[in-house]
Amino acid sequence: MTIEVKNIVKKFGSFAALDNVDLKVDQGELLALLGPSGSGKTTLLRIIAGLDWPDAGEVLIDGENALARGASERHVGFVFQHYALFRHMTVFENVAFGLRVQPRAIRKDEATIRARVKELLDLVQLDWLSDRYPSQLSGGQRQRIALARALAIEPRILLLDEPFGALDAKVRKELRQWLRSLHNEIHVTSIFVTHDQEEALEVANRVVVMDKGRIEQIGSPGEVYDNPATAFVHGFIGESIVLPVDVSGGSVRLGGRPLNIAANGAASGASKLFVRRHDMQIGPAGSGSLEGAVRHVRSFGPIQRAEVALSGGEGKTIIEIDAPRDRELQAGEIVSLQPRRYRIFAAHD
Amino acid sequence: MSTQSSVVTSATELRAYAPTADLTVSPPPSRIERARPRTGTSPDNLRTEPGPIRFIIIALAVTFLSVFVVLPLVVVFASAFSKGIGAYLTALGEPEALAAIKLTLLVAAISVTLNLVFGIIAAWAIAKFDFTGKTFLITLIDLPFSVSPVISGLVFVLLFGAQGFFGTWLQANDIHILFAVPGIALATIFVTFPFVARALIPLMQEQGTQEEEAAISLGASGLQTFFRVTLPNIKWGLLYGVLLCNARAMGEFGAVSVVSGHIRGETNTMPLLVEILYNEYQFVASFAIASLLAMLALITLVVKTVLERRLDEGQEPSDH
Ligand SMILES: Nc1ncnc2c1ncn2[C@@H]1O[C@H](COP(=O)(O)OP(=O)(O)OP(=O)(O)O)[C@@H](O)[C@H]1O
Ligand SMILES: [Mg+2]
Repeated sequence: MTIEVKNIVKKFGSFAALDNVDLKVDQGELLALLGPSGSGKTTLLRIIAGLDWPDAGEVLIDGENALARGASERHVGFVFQHYALFRHMTVFENVAFGLRVQPRAIRKDEATIRARVKELLDLVQLDWLSDRYPSQLSGGQRQRIALARALAIEPRILLLDEPFGALDAKVRKELRQWLRSLHNEIHVTSIFVTHDQEEALEVANRVVVMDKGRIEQIGSPGEVYDNPATAFVHGFIGESIVLPVDVSGGSVRLGGRPLNIAANGAASGASKLFVRRHDMQIGPAGSGSLEGAVRHVRSFGPIQRAEVALSGGEGKTIIEIDAPRDRELQAGEIVSLQPRRYRIFAAHD
Repeated sequence: MSTQSSVVTSATELRAYAPTADLTVSPPPSRIERARPRTGTSPDNLRTEPGPIRFIIIALAVTFLSVFVVLPLVVVFASAFSKGIGAYLTALGEPEALAAIKLTLLVAAISVTLNLVFGIIAAWAIAKFDFTGKTFLITLIDLPFSVSPVISGLVFVLLFGAQGFFGTWLQANDIHILFAVPGIALATIFVTFPFVARALIPLMQEQGTQEEEAAISLGASGLQTFFRVTLPNIKWGLLYGVLLCNARAMGEFGAVSVVSGHIRGETNTMPLLVEILYNEYQFVASFAIASLLAMLALITLVVKTVLERRLDEGQEPSDH
């Protein structure tokens, strides 16, 4: 099944939670929706599921107008940010719910329902919990039950709203690998919301980056990381060093001093230079376009992270860079820095 | 019984005695208020007062309760059985008494059923939707608590009485509302409306709409969602509201008194009959009926305690 969202606008009062959102999800894809808090991720999922209605735009599920149907007719599996398990039902009944409320004509008999629930509980590896109530489960267990419950109706598409948001780092990591392999197994078209960029990059085939109700970039994890389309994406995905620069006629200046880098077609005017921490080449003093004093060095694993106070320019600019450990840095040392890979964006935001 | 007539000398004072069911009928405290001590400072931490002061405070509370709650209850039962159990049973077997009991049960059944439905609808609207005029609606629900029951009764007299707003039309069509069962039921419904709604609103607000949304996205219809998800989640709160609603419906005096017309054997409810019999110096009969109301109050109290415990268990956070 495919999902197509066309020019969706959703307003709460005069505030636009979604501002002209366009998105196409392919058959069998696992798409990550990534963005800061309040960027409209949940709102978009709710509109696709039919729990909210857009002010303008279209939603097509498998080419068919979904807005003509209510949520109960869309066959969309929804895993809620806070699980929303039925608190008065056992785990078994929670998972069985979607099968029990089917219209009588297509409802399965009790034995089939039981077998199906058992199968789903096996899939999420929690069959031993079937008689417990949601309040007796851990967060990770609730999350997996919520997923089993959504899968019970054999949804055409699966929407997961920050499924691991409330869990600790270790459990998150386990569950995201588990989700990845589960998706490989069942291949249902899925959208997965998260505000954790690492999670998005690790789990998804494609990543959609949202900010303030707009889509900033859509691409593979590699693309959004290596070729961010906007300043926002560069800043949001992966840590970046940001320096205020001036571009004029192809040359780039920092605080009046020319940097030995090409403008790469960036428009003239006040701009921002984005460099990944590990893309700063460190050399002996005088060899690069930037210079600074190492203030502090921390080493862990294969890298050393150095705090460098840049000299020149007005005020003191302190940046953090990652360097390989083949050349140990010393606090107090003067080094020169040269961006290996970088991007320049206009400074309007 | 010689002491008793000196204790109670007029019908006005009797009112403080007779509808004993009122003992339990105060607006239900909000669930949130009741839940608070569980998470806040435990009572043990508050034991900072020196011994004598603590003793005096407790003694005062116990004395107050004894004088104003236990004593009247004892008087009611003592008076009812003052001529022996035979006289008590005879008094309850009188046709007038039976008619009053029947009428009270009928009116309670009608008003509890309707308020159950209205209460759920009102609580649902307030807790699960946002709309303009919501605050006004919440205030309106509390109105019956803030006006005197006599005024509530009078409103219906003004509407349906011979000189009332609909009076002429009703007479022309030979419809009897005032001084008949419909009037009594209407007045009772009005007075008892807040109980179910007030018990449900905080509960439903706290539970939010998440589970309903989950049910709908799993393919459940509106009715299935209500009966399989919403209702089970509010059942203890609902029972709690119904219980208080029922106690008040059976015990209501003021509003019913105004609209009843006191037609013997026809429009007298139990509380009204208690007063009439008392004014006619039929003390045993009067207190025999009052004892039934008192028993209702005691049962209500016990069930209420059980329900409150259930409700607090249901409050255990289920998704954090
Ligand atoms: N019912 C509502 N009424 C008014 N504003 C709302 C409502 N629901 C969402 N919003 C607003 O819409 C914006 C987007 O909300 P949304 O829940 O989609 O964010 P999100 O990206 O899911 O954030 P988070 O990561 O915190 O879950 C927010 O600014 C929020 O305040
Ligand atoms: Mg959200």
